[in-house]
Amino acid sequence: MNKEFEPKILGILCNWCSYMASDLAGTSRSQYPPNIRVVRVMCSGRIEPQLILWAFQQGADGVLVGGCNPGDCHYQEGNYKALRRVTLLKTMLPQFGIEPERLRLEWICASCAEEMRKTVEEFTNTLCRLGPLKVQIPQIIPVTGKAVVEYVQT
Amino acid sequence: MLLRDEFSKNGDIRIGVYVCDCGTNIAGKVRVPEVVEYAGTLPHVVVAKEYKYMCSDPGQDMIRREIKEQKLNRLLVAACSPHVHEETFRNVAAQAGLNPFLFQMVNIRELVSWVTKDPDKATAKAKDMIRAAANRVLFHEELEPLKYHIKRNVVIVGGGIAGIHAALLLADSGEHVYLVERESSIGGHMAMFDKTFPTLDCAACILTPKMTMVKSHPNITIMSYSEVVEVNGFVGDFKVKVRKKPRYVDEENCVGCFECIDACVFKDARYPNEFDFGLGKRKPIYMPFPQAVPPVPVIDADTCIEFKTGKCPKECLKACGERAGIDFAQKEEIVELEVGSIIVATGFDSFDPKKMPQYGYGIYSNVYTSLEAERLFNASGPTAGELVLRDGSKPKSVGIIHCVGSRDENHNRWCSRVCCMYSMKLAHLVKERTNADVFNFYIDIRAAGKGYEEFYNRTMEEGVQYIRGKVAEVTDNAQTKDEEGKLVIRVEDTLLGMIRRIPVDMVILSVGLEPQHDALEVTKMFNISCSGGGWFMERHPKLAPVSTMSGGVFLAGACQAPKDIPDTVAQAGAAASEALALSHKGVIEVEPNTAFIDETLCSGCQVCVGLCPYSAISYDQEKKISILNQALCQGCGVCAGACPSGAAQQHLFNDSQLMAEIEGALAGVL
Amino acid sequence: MSKPKVAFYWCASCGGCEEAVVDLADAILGVVDAVDIVFWPVAMDFKREDVEALKDGELAAGFVNGAIRTSEQEEMAHLMRRKSQALIAFGSCSHTGGIPGLANLYTREDILKRVYIENPSIVNPNHILPQEKSVETEGTLRLPAFKDDVRTLDQTVEVDYYLPGCPPPVNLIVNAVTALVEGKLPPKGSVLAPDVALCSECERNATKPEKLSMKDVKRPHEIIIDGENCLLAQGVICLGPATRSGCGAACLNANMPCTGCMGATSGALDYGAKALSAMASLLDSNDAEEIKSMTAKIVDPAGTFYRYSLPASFLHRRVGRPG
Repeated sequence: MNKEFEPKILGILCNWCSYMASDLAGTSRSQYPPNIRVVRVMCSGRIEPQLILWAFQQGADGVLVGGCNPGDCHYQEGNYKALRRVTLLKTMLPQFGIEPERLRLEWICASCAEEMRKTVEEFTNTLCRLGPLKVQIPQIIPVTGKAVVEYVQT
Repeated sequence: MLLRDEFSKNGDIRIGVYVCDCGTNIAGKVRVPEVVEYAGTLPHVVVAKEYKYMCSDPGQDMIRREIKEQKLNRLLVAACSPHVHEETFRNVAAQAGLNPFLFQMVNIRELVSWVTKDPDKATAKAKDMIRAAANRVLFHEELEPLKYHIKRNVVIVGGGIAGIHAALLLADSGEHVYLVERESSIGGHMAMFDKTFPTLDCAACILTPKMTMVKSHPNITIMSYSEVVEVNGFVGDFKVKVRKKPRYVDEENCVGCFECIDACVFKDARYPNEFDFGLGKRKPIYMPFPQAVPPVPVIDADTCIEFKTGKCPKECLKACGERAGIDFAQKEEIVELEVGSIIVATGFDSFDPKKMPQYGYGIYSNVYTSLEAERLFNASGPTAGELVLRDGSKPKSVGIIHCVGSRDENHNRWCSRVCCMYSMKLAHLVKERTNADVFNFYIDIRAAGKGYEEFYNRTMEEGVQYIRGKVAEVTDNAQTKDEEGKLVIRVEDTLLGMIRRIPVDMVILSVGLEPQHDALEVTKMFNISCSGGGWFMERHPKLAPVSTMSGGVFLAGACQAPKDIPDTVAQAGAAASEALALSHKGVIEVEPNTAFIDETLCSGCQVCVGLCPYSAISYDQEKKISILNQALCQGCGVCAGACPSGAAQQHLFNDSQLMAEIEGALAGVL
Repeated sequence: MSKPKVAFYWCASCGGCEEAVVDLADAILGVVDAVDIVFWPVAMDFKREDVEALKDGELAAGFVNGAIRTSEQEEMAHLMRRKSQALIAFGSCSHTGGIPGLANLYTREDILKRVYIENPSIVNPNHILPQEKSVETEGTLRLPAFKDDVRTLDQTVEVDYYLPGCPPPVNLIVNAVTALVEGKLPPKGSVLAPDVALCSECERNATKPEKLSMKDVKRPHEIIIDGENCLLAQGVICLGPATRSGCGAACLNANMPCTGCMGATSGALDYGAKALSAMASLLDSNDAEEIKSMTAKIVDPAGTFYRYSLPASFLHRRVGRPG
C-alpha cells in the first residue's frame, strides 16, 4: 500500500438516501477519511457514465455512486437504471485498464450513517491499494464541433 | 451543454461567497478565514465573507445588502446541509431580487467539519467544495418555482386513535377525510384497552364518543375493511387506490340491529375472536366488539357454512329480510381517491413473545401478553372484565415482566416507552379486581410524563412490588412445596444482589411495540423511508417531526416510533394541522428541478419514454420527437441520464452544471 | 478570377474517404469545375514540396482524413493547417479517431510486439522492430516515428470544420463543397451534418413499441433481423439514438445496426458514454444477476460504443500503464 498516496473519491449521491446518510454521519459526528468529494443529485437514476468517466478524467481515483436500496427509490425505479448503467460500464472499464473496483455502486439508506462511514473508509483503503489512476489526455485545447473543453492533465 | 463560451455569453458573472462559522461547528475544524481568502481568488468571485451565524438575521441582512451593493448575480453559501438551510438562503436571494435558483448551498458542516479529524484536510475539502459550487453556478439559470394546486381532500391511513383524532380535526375545519382502516372497525389498539394510564380514564368512555363522531361526521368517509393498494401522484394531487374487502354485509342497508348475528345457524359463538386474541369466541357473522364503528357486522367467509358448503339455510339473510343487508355476492372493490395530502397513521404491532421461549408464552397456559390482559380487564371483553386464569379461578399472585422484546440486543433495541406505564396500570387493575399479590420485574422504571411518577408511587402504595432485574425464565419446575402448581419466575434481583424465584399464578408479559409487519410495503407505497428498526422516518427529528421526505405525506402516532396516547393525539393534531396548512395555502411551490427536452436536439429515439416512472414523456407523432409534460415530471433525471443526444436535461442538474461541479470538486490537491 | 484552391490528404485511414470523394460521381465534375485541386496524393501527382511552396492560407480549404499516429501525419497536419484557410477533418478517423483509434486500447509496445513478433503470419526470429533510423552500408534509412497514441486531427492542430462519417456521406460532401464555394460555411467549429440523431431519419423509428426496452441482447449474427422493425426492439444494439444523422440510415437500410460512425450530436460530450448509458438504461431487468448476464452479452463494450471515437473520448486511451 502506498502510504503517501491520498486517493480522490468523487461521490455522486442520491438526495434522499446516501446524501441523507452523509448528513446523518455528520450529525452523529462519524469520522471518516477526508478523501471524498460529494456531488448531490436528486436520484441515482440521473447518474450516467458520462459523469463517471468525466470524473475519472478530472482526477478521481474512484467514483462512488450512492442510491436507495432496491425497492426504496424515491422515484420508484431510478436506482435500477443506475444499476444497469454501472453494471455495463464496469464491464468496459478493464478494457481501458481501469480496475472495476474504482467504480462502486452502493445502496445506502437515509439512516445508514454508519454504512456511509464504512463505505468511504473501505473505498479509500481499496484505492490506496490500487494506487493513483493516471488518465492521459492530449494537452492541446481542441476547438471541436462537439464542445470546447479545456483538457486537463490528471 | 458544457460550452465554455455558453456562459461567457451570459455576460458578467458576479459571485458572492458567504462562509458560515456556525459558531464552532464549522470554524472549530475548518480554518474559515483561509477558505474565505481562497474563495476570493476563484474566477468571477467578487466578494467572499465570513460570518459567525450566516442563517441569523444579521447574516441574512449582510447577504441581502451585498447582493444589491455588489450587484451579485450568483450566490454561494457555505454552511450546513441543503436539507437544513437551502430554503432559508433561497429566500434571502429572492428578497434581494436575485432569482433563488442562482444560489447554491455548499455543505461544509455535515460533509466536512463534523466528519473530518484533521483541520488541514477539512480546510482543503471545504475549499474544494466551494470551488465545485463556484464552477457550477456559472451554468445556473433563472428558474421559476413550479406551482401546484392542492386538492382539499385528505386520506388518513389507519383508524386508530391517531387517525381518528386527525380525521375529526380536519373534518371540523371543512376538509373531506377518507379514513381507511383495514380491520372491520376503527378504534385500533386503544379500543382494546379498559383503562388508560395514569389517569385511569375508561378507554371506551373517551374513545367511543370520538368513534361515533367520526361515523356521523358529514366530512368523513369511513372506509373500513379496506386497504390502500397503490399511491400515485404527488403533493397536492395524489391518486390513492383503496381495496374494499367484501364483508358480505351492505354498509348502506345495514341498520345495525344485529338480528342477523342472533339468527346465525351457529347458536353459540365457537370461533376465536381475533379482537380478543382468541380469548373470546364469535360466530361466522359477528361484530369484533360491541362498540365497533361502523356498526356493521362482518361475515367471515372461512367459517361461514354458506361459503364453505353453499347449503346453509341462511338464517341471517332471512332475519334481515327486506332490509337486504346481507349480500353473499359482494365482491372486492377498488376505489380511487383523489386527495391533496396523506396522513399515515398505521400504528404498531406488538412483539411476539414466542420468540422468547424462556418466558413460557404458548407453553404455559397462564402466561398472557399484556394485550390479552387488557382484553380480560375490559368490561366488554371475553370475561366481562374479570381477571381469571384459564380454569376460571382468580389468580392470587401475578407477575408482570417488563421489557419483553424491548431494550434487548437479541430482539428490539429500543425502549417501547409505554410498557412501564401500562405495566403499572395492569398492576393497579390486578390489585383492584383481585387483590392478588403483584410483582413487577423491571430493568429501569421509565415514568417520564405528566402524572406518571405519581402513578408509579401510587401503585407502590397500593402494595405492588417492584423487583429490579431482567427475568431469566418462567418455569413450572417446582423446587419447593410453595412452588407446586405455580409458575416460577427466576430473576436476579439486582437491588438485593441475589437470584430469586417468585412463584405466581399468572404471568403477564409486557410486550414491546414494533413496526407493523408490513411496514416496509407501506413505506414503498407512500414513498417514505424508515429509520432504525423500521419505524417511519420523519423529515427532521426535531423540526419536522410529522412531515416526511415525501411532500404531502405526514405521519401520526406509533408508526413513527412507540408513543403513548397523549403523544399520539398531539402528533395526530400536528399532522392534521400540517395537512390543513397545505390545503389552505391552496397552491404549493415546488423546486423546479424538472426535466425538459431540447426539441432541436431530440431525434425521437424514445429511449426516455419507457424509462420515465411517471409517464411524463410521450412520443409526439406529428413533431416526431419526444415531449415532456412538466406537470407530471417529478425531477428524478432518469431521462437526462439515459438520453444519448443530451436533448433531455434536468433543471438544476444538467450536464454542464454537474460536470462543472465535478471538475471543481476534483481540481484540488489532496 | 482564379478558382479557390483545395487540397486533400490522408493520414491513418483505410482509403474509404478517398473513395467517398470518387463516389461523388457526376458531381465531382462540378467540384473540379468550381475548385482547383492542388494536392491529392491518392489521385494526383503533386508532392509535399508543392504544398510547402504555397503561401500560408493560400488553400481555401484543406481536407484531411485519417487519424494521427505517426510523426509524418503530424507534420502533414501542421502543414495543411498552415496553408489552409479552412481545415476540414474529413471522416470519422480525423473527426474522432475512427477504427485506427481503437489502437488506443493498447500500448505502443503491445502493438509493435503483436504486429512484428507475435502475428502468426510473421517470420521475425530476431525480433526486429521498425526503427526511426537505421544505418545501412547504402546510407541512413528513416521511417516516421510511431507515436504513443492515436489522436484526432483536432488533438493535433486546430480544426475549423468536421465532415463526419465512415466515410462521409456523398450528399454531406456536396453540401460542404457548395457552402465552401459559395462562402456560406457556418461558424467555425461546426460539424457539417445535421445536429440530431439518426432515429429522426430512420424509417424504422415509426415501428417502436410504446415503451422501448431490450429483453435480451443479441448480436446481428445470432438472429435473423426483421427488415422493418426497430433493431433495439429486436434486442440488437443499434447506436442510431446516439449517432448524428445525415447518412440516410444507410446501414439500417442494409438491415444492419448503426455502429456510430457519424459520432455524437452536440449534446453529448462523450459519445461512447452516452450511447452506453442509453443502451444500459433500455435493458429490461431490475435484477442484478440478470442485468449482469445481459451486459455480458456485449462482448466488447469499448469496441461497441467507441468504435469510431475512442481517441476523442474522455479517457482517450488505456490508462494504468503510464507510458
